[in-house]
Amino acid sequence: MDNTTLIPLILGMAAVTYGPRLAPFIFFSNMKVPAVVDAFLKSIPVAAIGALIIPGAFTATPDMPVAALLGMAFTLVYGLFRGGIIIPVLGSVAVAWLVLTMA
Amino acid sequence: METQSVRAALRAGIPIFIGYFPAAVAFGILAETTGTTLVEAFLFSAVVFAGASQFIALNLLATGMSPLGIILTTLLVNFRHFLMSTYLSTRIRERATAWYIPMAFGVTDEVFSVLSFTREKLSRGFVIMLELTAYAGWVSGTLAGFLLGGFMPPILTQSMGVALYALLLAILMPEIKSSYRSLFLALASGALNWILVSADVLPTGWSIIVCILVIASVGAVLSMSMPREENAHG
Repeated sequence: MDNTTLIPLILGMAAVTYGPRLAPFIFFSNMKVPAVVDAFLKSIPVAAIGALIIPGAFTATPDMPVAALLGMAFTLVYGLFRGGIIIPVLGSVAVAWLVLTMA
Repeated sequence: METQSVRAALRAGIPIFIGYFPAAVAFGILAETTGTTLVEAFLFSAVVFAGASQFIALNLLATGMSPLGIILTTLLVNFRHFLMSTYLSTRIRERATAWYIPMAFGVTDEVFSVLSFTREKLSRGFVIMLELTAYAGWVSGTLAGFLLGGFMPPILTQSMGVALYALLLAILMPEIKSSYRSLFLALASGALNWILVSADVLPTGWSIIVCILVIASVGAVLSMSMPREENAHG
């Protein structure tokens, strides 16, 4: 990456990242949508989060995937009985850490 | 801004901070070792604020790709946020539309996920503070990684890699426990993404877009045909 500055590249990347994040707020905010579109929009979070977790979580600890899997198993089991975010997140890190340390 | 929503936002943002910080440290280290200056590394995180695309940009720079090619790739990789903002624009009802300008900047995968399943009204104070917490983790991690290098024990860094996935799962749990339809949709989306990623036919970032479009359509059909099971959120 010789002497040329990366700043124009960074600004270009910022623009094409921010544009799609902003446009819906400007154009769709006060739009009345038919029920079927509303049902589609309401399904976006579950669809997105499912795809964000799988298969990425399977390789979250690349040297030893089972560590991440056991961490996620903790989050899953904990979440079946209790709610909250902090304990499931810290617990999953602790489990992965234990598995990696003992391996 | 209301103290209560600020406090709630900080609480909701801490897990994102925990996940972002080590990932940003890794980005800072990679930026430093590939010859990026401190200012450039800082700007990447401060003005782009999109994890995966920043790593991809550094890799593509090393291959000698033109800036235009990298910018186009970034557009493709980050376009999923268009769908996420579209959903959020139905939840965040802000009267002073100027507030959309900072709010939209912070729409990352994790911020979107937390906001999606926040039951209370998404107030200006809550959204902005949540985003600032995530942003602080990302920018400070980048600087720490660039300046301090590998100061974190490798095993700790690797175990913290599971934090963001655990966060997403923890956010999803109450929803999939209370709705079989949501459980089915989340699993179907993960399965479809797994297939698409394994097949390796789409550019990076587009498998998630395809999953959202396909699975949310299925969700729409399901809820139109059997509307009785009401989702708790939204």
